[in-house]
Formats: sequence, C-alpha cells, structure tokens
Amino acid sequence: MLEDKDRIFTNVYGFQPWNLKAAQTRGDWDDTKSLMARGQDAIIDEIKASGLRGRGGAGFPTGMKWSFMPKEPAPGRPNFLVINADESEPGSCKDREIIRHDPHKLIEGALLAGFAMRARAGYIYIRGEFIREAQTLEAAVQEAYDAGLLGKNAAKSGYDFDLFVHRGAGAYICGEETAMLESLEGKKGMPRLKPPFPAGAGLYGCPTTVNNVESIAVVPTILRRGASWFAAFGREKNEGTKLFQISGHVNRPCVVEDAMSVPFRELIERHAGGIRGGWDNLLAVIPGGSSVPLVPAEQIIDAPMDFDGLRDLGSGLGTAAVIVMDKSTDVVKAISRISYFYKHESCGQCTPCREGTGWMWRVMERLVEGNAEIHEIDTLWDVTKQVEGHTICALGDAAAWPIQGLIRHYRPELERRINERRGQTLEAAE
Amino acid sequence: MPKVKVDGVEIEVPQGATVLQACEQAGKEIPRFCYHERLAIAGNCRMCLVEVKPGPPKPQASCALPAAEGQEIFTMTPGVKKAREGVMEFLLINHPLDCPICDQGGECDLQDQAMAYGRGHNRFGENKRAVPEKYMGPVVKTFMTRCIHCTRCVRFMEQVAGVEEIGAVNRGENMEITSYLEKALTSELSGNVVDLCPVGALVSKPYSFEARPWELRKVPAIDVMDAVGTNIRLDSRQREVMRALPRLNEDVNEEWAHDKTRHAVDGLLRNRLDRPWLREGGKLRAAGWDEAFARIAEAAKKAKGKVAAIAGDLVDAETLYAAKALLASLGSDLLEGRQTGLAYDVSNLAAVNFNSTIAGIETADAVLLVGTNPRWEASLVNTRIRKAAKAGAKVFAIGPEVDLTYPVEWIGDDLSLLSALPKAVTDAFGAAQRPAVIVGAGALKVPGAQAASLALVDAFNLVRPSAGSGQAGWNGYNVLHTAAARMGGLMLGYAQQGGIASLVEKAPKLVFLLGADEVDLTSFGGSLKVYIGHHGDRGAHGADVILPGAAYSEKHGIYVNLEGRVQFSEKAVDPPGDAREDWSILRALSDLVGKPLPFDNFHDLRGALFRDHAEFGHPGLVTYEWGPPKLEAEKIAKGTSVSYPITDFYLTNPIARSSPTLQRCSAEILHGQEFAEAAE
Repeated sequence: MLEDKDRIFTNVYGFQPWNLKAAQTRGDWDDTKSLMARGQDAIIDEIKASGLRGRGGAGFPTGMKWSFMPKEPAPGRPNFLVINADESEPGSCKDREIIRHDPHKLIEGALLAGFAMRARAGYIYIRGEFIREAQTLEAAVQEAYDAGLLGKNAAKSGYDFDLFVHRGAGAYICGEETAMLESLEGKKGMPRLKPPFPAGAGLYGCPTTVNNVESIAVVPTILRRGASWFAAFGREKNEGTKLFQISGHVNRPCVVEDAMSVPFRELIERHAGGIRGGWDNLLAVIPGGSSVPLVPAEQIIDAPMDFDGLRDLGSGLGTAAVIVMDKSTDVVKAISRISYFYKHESCGQCTPCREGTGWMWRVMERLVEGNAEIHEIDTLWDVTKQVEGHTICALGDAAAWPIQGLIRHYRPELERRINERRGQTLEAAE
Repeated sequence: MPKVKVDGVEIEVPQGATVLQACEQAGKEIPRFCYHERLAIAGNCRMCLVEVKPGPPKPQASCALPAAEGQEIFTMTPGVKKAREGVMEFLLINHPLDCPICDQGGECDLQDQAMAYGRGHNRFGENKRAVPEKYMGPVVKTFMTRCIHCTRCVRFMEQVAGVEEIGAVNRGENMEITSYLEKALTSELSGNVVDLCPVGALVSKPYSFEARPWELRKVPAIDVMDAVGTNIRLDSRQREVMRALPRLNEDVNEEWAHDKTRHAVDGLLRNRLDRPWLREGGKLRAAGWDEAFARIAEAAKKAKGKVAAIAGDLVDAETLYAAKALLASLGSDLLEGRQTGLAYDVSNLAAVNFNSTIAGIETADAVLLVGTNPRWEASLVNTRIRKAAKAGAKVFAIGPEVDLTYPVEWIGDDLSLLSALPKAVTDAFGAAQRPAVIVGAGALKVPGAQAASLALVDAFNLVRPSAGSGQAGWNGYNVLHTAAARMGGLMLGYAQQGGIASLVEKAPKLVFLLGADEVDLTSFGGSLKVYIGHHGDRGAHGADVILPGAAYSEKHGIYVNLEGRVQFSEKAVDPPGDAREDWSILRALSDLVGKPLPFDNFHDLRGALFRDHAEFGHPGLVTYEWGPPKLEAEKIAKGTSVSYPITDFYLTNPIARSSPTLQRCSAEILHGQEFAEAAE
C-alpha cells in the first residue's frame, strides 16, 4: 500500500488551495533551478531510470520518447512540447483533478520536461468542456509567469520557456496526438499519417513531443526524490505510482493514487469501499477506460493493475480508468453505448473507422434486443477485425476492442438473447 | 537508391519513392482510391494496404510509406487480400447500388476494384446512408450518396486550382464533401474534379444522363480554346461530340483541362453554319455553293491581286497554308492573324515565343508578369507558375490586380515601370538562377512595350547558355499568346508589319476571313468579305459571302502552341449539313478562279505543307533561333495602364459563345447571376 509520504499528488482532493503559494508549501517549485542545473541529458536519463511509462494509455517509456527529440534544434525549427489535457476517454478523470487542484505540478513539470527536450515552448491542449479547469490552469500559468517561473530566464535557470494554454472544442479525436497537432494549428482535428512521427515533424512541422498531463506532472517529484524511489513501486517494467479512477458499481467511486501493480481486489477494497452488493455481485470490469476490452470478474479479481498484467488478460491499463460493473448491468447494452460513442467520435477520415463504427454500433443495438441471427455475431467479430489495425489512428482499434471483449467473454449471453427473442416470435406466430 | 523486395523480387527504387511506387515499378497492381500522383498523399481510403517487413504486424498503407533499404513487401498474401476485401466491403456498405443509372458506370474505379478485390456477397443488412446533393455550379453535378470520401476533389481545389472551395464538413459517417455555402465553384479548373472523382459522386452536369462510355468513339485531339494546346480526347456518338476530356501530356497540360476546353463542345451543335449564304441588298440569304463561288471568283478577277486573308484564333495550319497558297496564286501576300490589331515585331519568332516552355516555367525562381492575366489567358500555364510560386519563386506583375491563386507582388498598373523597375524586382531578378519575364497581349498592344520588355533580356540576363555543370540552357523571355492559331500563323507569315492597320491601308478588294470573328470589319467597307468558318458569329454577321467550314472537332489539323510545340489533332465527327473542311473549300475555289492549287486531297496538302515548312512535320518543339530584333526604344508615357485581352474567360471564341454551359458559367460565375435550381 502506498503510504501518504510517498504520494506525488498531495492535493488531488482539493483540501488546500491550488494557487502558487499553497503549491510552494507542498514543495512545488522548490529550487527548480537546481533541478535544471543537472543538465538536459541528466534529466532524461533520470526519467529513463525511473521507468516512467506514458500515462495517457499506450504506456510508451517517457524518457525514451524525450530522447528522440533533436539535441540541437535547427535554426527556425524549434522543438515543442505539447501536453495532452484533452481527457475525453469515458471513465477517465485524473487530468481534470490534477489541473483543478494541483496545476503547478503540471506547470513545473512542463518547464522541466520542456527544458530536457530543448523545447522553446509548450502547449497545453485542454479539453473544451473543462471550462473551470481551463480558467484555473490559465490563472496558474499567469501566476508562474508573474513569479518569473516561466518566460525569459524561467525560474532563474537561464533558460527561456513559454507555456500556452489552448482550449479544444470538445472532440474526442483531438486527444490523438497528431489530431491534436492539427487542431493546435487551427485545422480540422484529423489524425496525420505516421511516419513522419511528431518527434521528426510535429507542430508546424517542427520536432514535437506529446505527453499526457500525468506523465508531465510526476516529473518534478521524480527528479526531487530520485528515480530509484519512483522505481521502487510496482512490478518490473511497470514502476511508479499512478492515479486510478474508480467508477461504476463500487460503494465509493474515487480518484486515488496508488502504487502500480496493486491487485484489483486491494484497490477496490481499500479505496472504493468494495463492490456494491459484495464481491459475488461483480460482473466485469473495464480496467482502462472505454477503449479497452472488458475483463470478467473471475479473471480480474486478483490481477495486478498494471500495463503488462492487464495485457495478459487481453485488456489493458489504458488511463487506469476502472469502470466496475455489477450483475445488475446489461453488459451488451453497456458495450453498445460505448460503440455509439466511437461511432459519434470517429473523425471520418479513413474508411474502416468511418464506415465500420456505424455498422458495428447498429449490429450492437440489435444484439441488445436479440434482434439478430447467430451468425451475425461472427460477422460482427469479423468486422471488428477488419477495422482493427487498418486505420490511420488508434480510434479504430478502440472501437473494435470493447466489442471483441464482449464477444470473447459473453457470447453465450448474446446467443441467449437471440434465441429467446426467436422463441417469442415463433410463439406469437403460432 | 534503396533496394527492396516486392513479393520476393528484388528491385531498386528511386530515393524518396513510396512503397506503392515500388510495387508499381515491380509490376504489381495496387488498388487505390485516394492516392493520386499529382495530389498530396492523404492515406485515407486504406485500399492500398500491403504487408511490409520490417514493420508492425499489421498491414500498412503503401501510398504513404516510404520505401526503405532492405524492405520486404508482400502484395499477394492472404492477409493483404483479406484487408482489401475488408476495406472494399466498408466502401460498399453505404454506396448506393445505382450503377445502372450512374454516369460513372463503365469507367468507375469503385466498380472495377470491387470486381477485382471485393467479396462476391453482402453482409450488411442495415439501411444505407443517404446524403443530400450539393450545388457546385454549372459544370459539376453531385450525387453525394455515392461519395467514398477520398478527398481528391478537396485536395485538387486546394493544391492545384488554388481555390479552397470544396471541403469536408461533419465527422465520422456523417462527413460530407461540400462547397460549404453551396455556391458555384469559381475555379476555371473545377471540371477536373469530375475526372478525379473515382466514383460517380461528382459528374459533369452538361453530360449527365447523355451517354454511356462504351457507346462513345474516342479520338485524340488538340484543344483550341487557348494557345496552350491542351491534349484532349473527343468522345463522340454518331455525329455529336459528347464530351472533351484531357489526355496525359506532362509537357503541356499534365492531366488537366480547364472548363472551357471541357464544355465548349456543346457549342459545336448550336449556331452552326451548315450552308453557304450570300448578302443581297444588305440581307443574307441562303445560297448554293456554285452561286457563292461565282460571286467570289468574279470579285477575285476584279481585285487584281488586292486580296487579303485574316486568320481567326482557332484555325489549323493546313487551312492557313491552303489560304496562303490561294492568295499567292492571286498574287498577294496580305496575310494577318492578329485580329485585334496587335502589331508587334515578328522578325524573330523566338522573340515572340514562350521560350521557358510550359513545363520549364515551373522551375523559374523569379517571375515578372507584364500585362497578362495567365489565369484566364492560359489557365494551365498559370497552374505551372503557381507550382513555381509554391516552390519559392517570387512573382511580380505589372497590370490591374487580379486573383492568380498564388501570392503576387503587384508593382502597379503602369507599363512605364518596365524601364524603371522597383528595387524589389531588380534584387529578386539579380539573385535568380532562372528568372522569367512573361509578356502578355495586354502589354504588346502598347507601342514600345515590346522593346522595353526585350531590354530586360540583357538587363536581367534572361537568356543563359547551358552551364558547364550539365544544366540545360535557360531562356526566360516569354510571350504569352492567347490564340491556338497564333504560332502556326506567325510561322506561315500571317503577320504584316503594322498589323491589321496596314492591311486596311492597302484597301484590299477581297478579304478572306478564316474563322476571324474578333476583327473589326467596318474598316473593310469597300471589300467583298468572304467568311469561311463554322459559327454564325461576329465574322459571319459582317460578311458578304459565308462558306460553311469545319470546327476543330471536324477536321484533322496541326496546331502549334504558345511554346512552339507542333501537335496533331484528329477528326472526331463530320461537319454538319453542307459544311466542308476548310482546305477543300479553298481548293474548290482555286479551280473557279482558274489557279488550281497543287493538292487534291488532304494527304497531298500535308505533303505540300511539310515540303514548304518542314517544321510542321515533326510533332514536338520547333527550334527558333534566338536573335531578338533591335527595336527602336519608344518612350512609354507614365501611367500607361494595361487592359487584359480577355474580359470574359468563358466567352472568348465563337464556339464558347455558342455553348449554353459556358454562357451560364459566364453569367453565374463572372456576373453573379443567380440560377435557382428546381427542387428535385
């Protein structure tokens, strides 16, 4: 169990004010200059050593991502840091809490990360619906500017770094890193083809790294307390602490920081007050936000909550947005609703996603009622496979996986509904 | 030069090639919808998926993936086949099954690729999507339900036409291609989106429901709407030309054609001269060939050598040659083709040629436009200049400001600036490796402007011999003509010192108007005017004798474009009614005046032409020896403004003026007239 002294986000519940003064009493902005004085490569090495993996869902090692940036930016082609605060994944709500209550962790992290990757400026792309959060963030950035922590000679380090807050307009797809860059440039938020990757040609064609809010916000603490401290939590290759967002049929839904690899049962018991109606009432869990496949109760109860542990269950940690479903849930309807979400949020650029998400959702809607043929389940499976891996960005995969999870684990339920309805119709006909 | 393996066969591909290009080079067909050689890569249709090693274990879009050393590409594995079938299925689930009534049917990429790469059955039981039609103006008709969202049209308008008038709105399966406010597209190149559209979503409005592609006879021809010499294909059914489509020619039009080229063909059926006419008592009456010829023969006898010929803008070299021969037999060489009175010096043809060549102007790094609006005078030269501008060339212009679709620095509407260019221009030209000056008819009209522009040749060192480094020579002095017949006419001597005015001075008794419709006939009051042409336009209205000739689609012909490129055009259909091919009219007439011309068929005519002017016999660029005339510098008064030769892009010649489509284009796009569409 994570002790209070090891928490990074000490104000995630907002018991103290978010402002600079309060943040400084919590240890933020404490001698940032000396952290920067260690040098850019030393910071990257420290982050590499900490084992920090990207907190946005894909889990790519953050330090390695930074090291892809050019060490000496070409004249006229500065490096950029873009921070992804377009938190739109259903179930996810950690970045919002960070920005609401601890924005200076993010801003200090942005300076340190930006410095390490030789970025001239950083952009925080914040979700359009986060109105109060954007106001807080803008005010916090202004505080930092006023205190000389950003801008020219940021935090008296001798390094110039600007940080801008950019508000999105509420499209889920703009959380995809290249769509975010398009949106930042003022274009329609549609993912770009890769290669070239953002580290080669990103924002305005310049080298760019896109990081999640949480990945950036933990950086100052890692540098202060050392990579080995951070790496002491969790299993190998899944080190660190993590904000878990527990929602659904638990007694006390919450956002909580705990060590990686904490077993699911412990996470729920300790922080969420257990499953509604007891552990026997647990049906299934979506462990990482709507885009990962669900895991049935018996498989997840003792599983470690980390990237590799959940991958072994055919799911993923994603953003650690744990959606708990008890036995009162109509699991088919739940997945159908998720399908609708992806149909609604598909950008329409590439064929499999544009056409496939609508098709999948329509079949799902009929499966909820059982208004289908048994073989359509196989067709649906095939369609999800035709979408998965054939699209420009990962939204196609995200739309396909929940349905694949459903068919993999709940095919008998789907067939039961079909047979039941068919029985009714036959009866009525007689 | 990376080496890659395509299905086990190792090939070497050029640096920067994509995997798709590598596969093509290896002879593998890769299906595609969104990819187009001349447009930026979109990678959105996902039809071109192949498997690539090394790489992620999922199929890759080959159009967007760079070919790299040591890659192994697989185009025929079960995985690739399944991926293609999957994408094909997705494209078809919302595509309507209206192929039998679709104009694209028979020449549809989606049909062809569904045959080759699709599954044979349908698993989609839901309702198909329906999308309302979008209004895109007089030339593009839309059936947006058929759209597969490849975005070729969007990219064309943005990247080639330079007018951002088509875009996509909404997301996901609700995404729609639209002209935003449903106004008519204003680009003169908008018809190209019809060719680019791989399905029947954007189709030609005048051609809609007119014909099926397999009914059409296809003939390669040359467009005469401007001096570019766009390579076209005329599709005809029986006696009617149904449509004109561009053919690929990298040196001339790439694969584009402007809307006038495409849609003038419906003017070929209207307002035609299909029998001879005679003017009697100030009124025209229908006549027979014998009567008409008799009247001309009589006048020719009386004229005693005071005979002139004025060539129109659309005439082929054979007609020009035959008329020249007829006049020579009557003892005259009063030939002129510059109908609007231009009188520039033609003693050196290189000095009135587009020397940089159409493809070459793309590589210019500084361009000065002198009294020309290339967007209207030669739209496909304009797209080349646009390419140069996109590649970093500075473009300056003298003349009234117009939108050329790329950034232009307008230095003023004052031709006297030619001898006092601002520093920005001289600096840019001083630093340029491939500087180009383009002089238009709007400038050449002004006395002294030709001399002043030729003076720039030395000032900016526009003509550079091939450097030692193997770079080809560069000639940056260009004249931009507007008439398809111009260069051919100049080569055959259709130019008098002093232009038309000198012809008027000589007061000819008999004037042949070879499709000349732009000339001011009032100054030939005392002459018998014989109009040989195809449309009842201005020239015919002022003529005393009208002999019905053939339009460009109705005769074989040679045209020389503005860069001096000899091109052969073929005959698609017969002339209507009593109309005859122009050369045969002149040949018949020569019998009646008692000086029979020495050719009895078209073959002999071409033989004679090639004998006298060998350069017409060789398709391709004619080499004109560079030797600009020493012209007397004539002071251009300060504030001499330019008027461009074309005031209405869509109505520049008798065929275009007779076309209802182009009349409507002119009214709607240029004159802002509203056309309410009946609700369908």
